[in-house]
Amino acid sequence: MKKASWILCCGILYSTTLNAKTIKVGPHQEIADITTGLQKLSNGDTLIAEGGTYHEKNLVVDKSIVLIGINHPVLDGENKYENISVKADWVTVDGFTINNSGISSTVDYAGLKIYNRHNVTIRNNIFNDCFFGIYSQNCTNCTIKNNQLSAHQVQEQRSGNGIHCWKCDTMQIIGNTISGHRDGIYFEFVTHSIIWRNLSNGNLRYGLHFMFSSHDTYAANIFENNGAGVSVMFSNHVHMFHNSFRENWGDGSYGLLLKEISDSYIDGNIFERNTSGIFMEGGSRIEMYKNTFRGNGWALKIQASCMDIKLKNNNFLGNTFDVGTNGSLVLNTFDYNYWDKYEGYDLNKDKIGDVPYRPVSMYSMIVEKNPPAMMLFHSLITTLLDKSEKVIPSLTPENLKDNHPLMKPLQL
Amino acid sequence: MIKIVKYILLDILRNKIVLAYTIFLFAITFCVFSLEDNAEKGLLTLLNLILFIVPLVSIIFSTIYIYNSSEFIELLVSQPIKRKSIWLSLFTGLAGALSLAFIIGAGIPLLIYVRSVTGLMMIVNGVLISVIFASLAMVAAVRTRDKAKGIGFSILLWLFFSLVYDGLVLFLLFQFSDYPLEKAMIIISALNPIDLGRILILLKMDVSALMGYTGAVFKEFYGTEKGLFVSFSVMILWILLPLLYSLRKFNRKDL
Repeated sequence: MKKASWILCCGILYSTTLNAKTIKVGPHQEIADITTGLQKLSNGDTLIAEGGTYHEKNLVVDKSIVLIGINHPVLDGENKYENISVKADWVTVDGFTINNSGISSTVDYAGLKIYNRHNVTIRNNIFNDCFFGIYSQNCTNCTIKNNQLSAHQVQEQRSGNGIHCWKCDTMQIIGNTISGHRDGIYFEFVTHSIIWRNLSNGNLRYGLHFMFSSHDTYAANIFENNGAGVSVMFSNHVHMFHNSFRENWGDGSYGLLLKEISDSYIDGNIFERNTSGIFMEGGSRIEMYKNTFRGNGWALKIQASCMDIKLKNNNFLGNTFDVGTNGSLVLNTFDYNYWDKYEGYDLNKDKIGDVPYRPVSMYSMIVEKNPPAMMLFHSLITTLLDKSEKVIPSLTPENLKDNHPLMKPLQL
Repeated sequence: MIKIVKYILLDILRNKIVLAYTIFLFAITFCVFSLEDNAEKGLLTLLNLILFIVPLVSIIFSTIYIYNSSEFIELLVSQPIKRKSIWLSLFTGLAGALSLAFIIGAGIPLLIYVRSVTGLMMIVNGVLISVIFASLAMVAAVRTRDKAKGIGFSILLWLFFSLVYDGLVLFLLFQFSDYPLEKAMIIISALNPIDLGRILILLKMDVSALMGYTGAVFKEFYGTEKGLFVSFSVMILWILLPLLYSLRKFNRKDL
């Protein structure tokens, strides 16, 4: 009986491999275009496209097949069409160059769009000047890996998002490079997904835009020089680990903008040279450990609407202002952080300062209330005010303090 | 006139106080840069120093010098020399000596450690502030014969520009916080040479925090060539107006 089932298994495997066809298309092959090639295929087959330029208009993939490009064949959308529409499960698109999708203000044209499918893999493709790059709507368990997306629009209205996911679940966005789009990566109603090792730089609006998405993780990404940094809004259970947020300059530009976030972890990230490292509004139950804030205007702007934020073991180095806030109510805890502006002493040599550190300076409170007061930046009067406030706190929140400031920076 | 300038300049340069001032600036600038491993941070420390000490030393030293040379001025007035050229050469001597002291004291270490636009901006502003406060000292000294009163007035002027003015600005900002004051701030900042110098230097360095909306408005104005031209013209006006006022007073003064 056992033997018989073994034979049956092998037989099934053998028959499937036998049935799966592979078709080559290309300028030097019998079939010159991909659309004709697709018609000859059925589920489980493979299509290999050779290098060259294909004008397929809108290529609809409605069978579960593997599309492989050799030498990055070009699919040109002629600024009119959606280059590839995936309308089947278990599709793989590998190694294509996808150029010039249509641009519209009513239709979301994309270089590649996945319609309500699962287990689709998009990898090793190059997208140039597409409106949206990779657009997945209502998808499950798709992988978007090692793609390069770049666009060169100047206006936000003429530009779409690099990787756009709407109403998806268990997505894997890994190792992509995105630049020049509206938002580098856009998540809306996406759950249980991971964004890992992507580089998102020079996008017009956000490097990563995150809305109504819960139980997601993004780790080891680099977000650099985007119009307004990264924004994570109206989500819960978000895990942000070991990302770099760098060079986001300008008013209304933040390394990381958090709005209405709860039950999340922000660990091991680096915030470097941003106007504001983190801006947090309406957050609750967020734990921040081992982050490094270096050379920012404001390392952390934490509004009074936040509660139960725990900051522990973070490094604050060379920021103009360490913490800014807008009220006197403090429901957050700061403990065991290193602040390079700390002027206290450590008599018992336990490497923890004996007097608490107050990271909010008088002047940062003044600027928060009255932005034009920035004119007095580094003037004698503000230095005097800060010093006197340090001795007798009156305007700055009494409870916003680190009771155990570290004497030496943490090795992170 | 050149002869008088030369005489005054040599007299001031021989003065021990100017020598001490130069050495002090030199030592402190070197210390700041060798203590801080980060040149940017060193520049910030130096900025506070320049905006604090340079105006103070310039105005007080100039006032005292003018009072001390009152007999020399009287002697010159008795000669067939125009009062205008006496007064202007006095100013030129003072301004030249103080600028020289600043350039040698702070300029050389700055050029060694920070070879950038920021360093250059700091030197230019330091020199301009030295000259402006020498010019203000002329006003303080010409107003009264009483030396104590004159020095008191010059200290008051320094206090006003470095502290009281900013306090007033802060007060105004909170009184009119409902109005958009960013553009008005440009004019207000131009009315105080210390503020103007500070903003010009800051716009070249610590952009991070200044890049808020106010910073953007400032940068849009002062960052352009036109803005730079306007701001330096305002600095020159700050030299000329007090000087011309004091000259008018000196011409009509009964010595």
